[in-house]
Amino acid sequence: MLEVRNLCLKLDEFELTDINFSVGDGDYFIILGESGSGKSLILESLLGMYHPDQGEIQFRGKNITETPISLRPAGIVFQDHLVFPHLTVFENIAYPLKRQHIKPREIRRKVVEMAEKLNISGLLHKKKEKLSGGELQRVALARTLVMKPPLLLLDEPLSSLDVTLKSEIRRLLRQLHREGQTIIHVTHDYVEAIALGNKVAILEKGTILQSGDIHEVFLKPKSAFVARMAGISNFFHVITDHTSEGKRIAVTDNGYMIHCTLEDDSKEGYALIKAGEITVSVNKPESSAMNVFRGVITEVADSPEGKELWIDCGIEIVALITRESFARLQLDIGLECWVSWKSSEVKFIDL
Amino acid sequence: MRRHNLLLIFSVLGGLVLLFIIAPLAGMFLKGSGMAFSSTIHEKEVLESIRLTIVISLVTTSIFAVFGVPLAYLLARYTFPLKNLVLAIIDLPVVIPHTAAGIAILGFISRDTIPGRIASFIGIDFVGNPAGIGLAMAFVSVPFLVNAARDGFISVPVRLEKAALSLGAGHFTVFRTISLPLAWRSIMTGFVMMFARGLSEFGAVVIIAYHPMITPVLIYERFGTFGLKYAQPVAVLFVLVSLSFFVLLRFISSRKRNA
Repeated sequence: MLEVRNLCLKLDEFELTDINFSVGDGDYFIILGESGSGKSLILESLLGMYHPDQGEIQFRGKNITETPISLRPAGIVFQDHLVFPHLTVFENIAYPLKRQHIKPREIRRKVVEMAEKLNISGLLHKKKEKLSGGELQRVALARTLVMKPPLLLLDEPLSSLDVTLKSEIRRLLRQLHREGQTIIHVTHDYVEAIALGNKVAILEKGTILQSGDIHEVFLKPKSAFVARMAGISNFFHVITDHTSEGKRIAVTDNGYMIHCTLEDDSKEGYALIKAGEITVSVNKPESSAMNVFRGVITEVADSPEGKELWIDCGIEIVALITRESFARLQLDIGLECWVSWKSSEVKFIDL
Repeated sequence: MRRHNLLLIFSVLGGLVLLFIIAPLAGMFLKGSGMAFSSTIHEKEVLESIRLTIVISLVTTSIFAVFGVPLAYLLARYTFPLKNLVLAIIDLPVVIPHTAAGIAILGFISRDTIPGRIASFIGIDFVGNPAGIGLAMAFVSVPFLVNAARDGFISVPVRLEKAALSLGAGHFTVFRTISLPLAWRSIMTGFVMMFARGLSEFGAVVIIAYHPMITPVLIYERFGTFGLKYAQPVAVLFVLVSLSFFVLLRFISSRKRNA
């Protein structure tokens, strides 16, 4: 098990503050955060490229905070791959094995085996300049995996790949996880996190906001930022008020009323609604939904689950509907529509 | 001003500079008599001085590369107190007159100094000796090697070295397997520049060792004693030999880079 306790690191103007998390053997741990949140810095600290100003890193009960890079129990695949440009793919993959003083015949066997596993056997005699982004990614992965590191650190491993390659590398990472490889993977993409991880830490400006089991964190986000990172598109700062009938409601900053379940002492907070929970219709819906708004579609985008619609109702609502529904309702940018959702679908986060 | 006018004016101005370099050399080759040149290439004294000059410069450059390349790496990778002073010291030989440099070296290695006495004790007398000539050549030319190698190491991304460390390599291995090969082209350029600068050194060498006579000193002596007509064929031959070595070393370094 890897344990990071109270890790603090200041680097120029940026600071990692009080980073705490633990990763069990065999876990697929995701560090999710926006660009510049310090994700890569955490990885590089685990690797020993930076020494923390404060705090401790323990691996299987041993303090490795000051252990030199070359002796850390971790291998990393960098975002920019860092494949050595003067060496062939074969020499790149053999590089860590040569450091272990393995016999040349054994090195060749291991390199060929790893190249077959990652489907790069045909590239072994090529150099970096002849490789595509996806090929570089696989070479970097092969070079790290061949040394069988107890901890595999991945820095945005899918960011530079096209859709087909992403799916291929995802499959490979899942396979590695199934084989028992402990993985720490940093990304800004919550879809990637859900698709691969079993544990997650959400990072904002050098601080971990929430961590734990991935489904728990994504189902019960503790802040608007976590909700956004978890793919919840609709979140509004609200204050509580009463309707003329005396019912308690949440009111957005620009005066729109959102019906939701509120605690008695709630005064201010965030109202969160998942895009998939919003119903879109052409005519005013006659349903039990308490929240009904009329608006104009301002943007449409494809997503893996269907179509994402941005609807200006005075507050901007993001709805996710299937492609079939989008076609059946003949929706398009500039058209008017109705959106609705139930009070029970609104998650209120107290401030 | 329109772009092609600017291009035209700058090309003419630049062309004049190139002409300034090429014209004297071309003149020297064209004016020289074939017969004089032919007899010069059979003169034992001339051939011996060219051999001596090349050997001393090559050996000196190789020895100083062993010390200068690690220094260049330190300067490229680390910050330390008085680093700017160290950088200025390295550049110093480029700006001081070479005869003054010769005087300085002579003062340092003559028989009545501690280094001179130590050298004398182990049987080396720098003054009037190829070792002294090598020191004079190195003094004025080592900045070319160190600066080029430093630029080469700076151009190697530190992250590549860290990636190698993360793959289990120690610091020496990273230097040998990553930093050195990737900076190789710049190091070889510096090596060639130092070697070429050493070949052509006259001012510092003539103070320390008039004999054994390296070619620049021989050319000067022939010019002083017999005049331009006798000095020119030696100069032409030496320029040809120097250029051949220059091209050969550049070729080797580019082959190594592309290998």
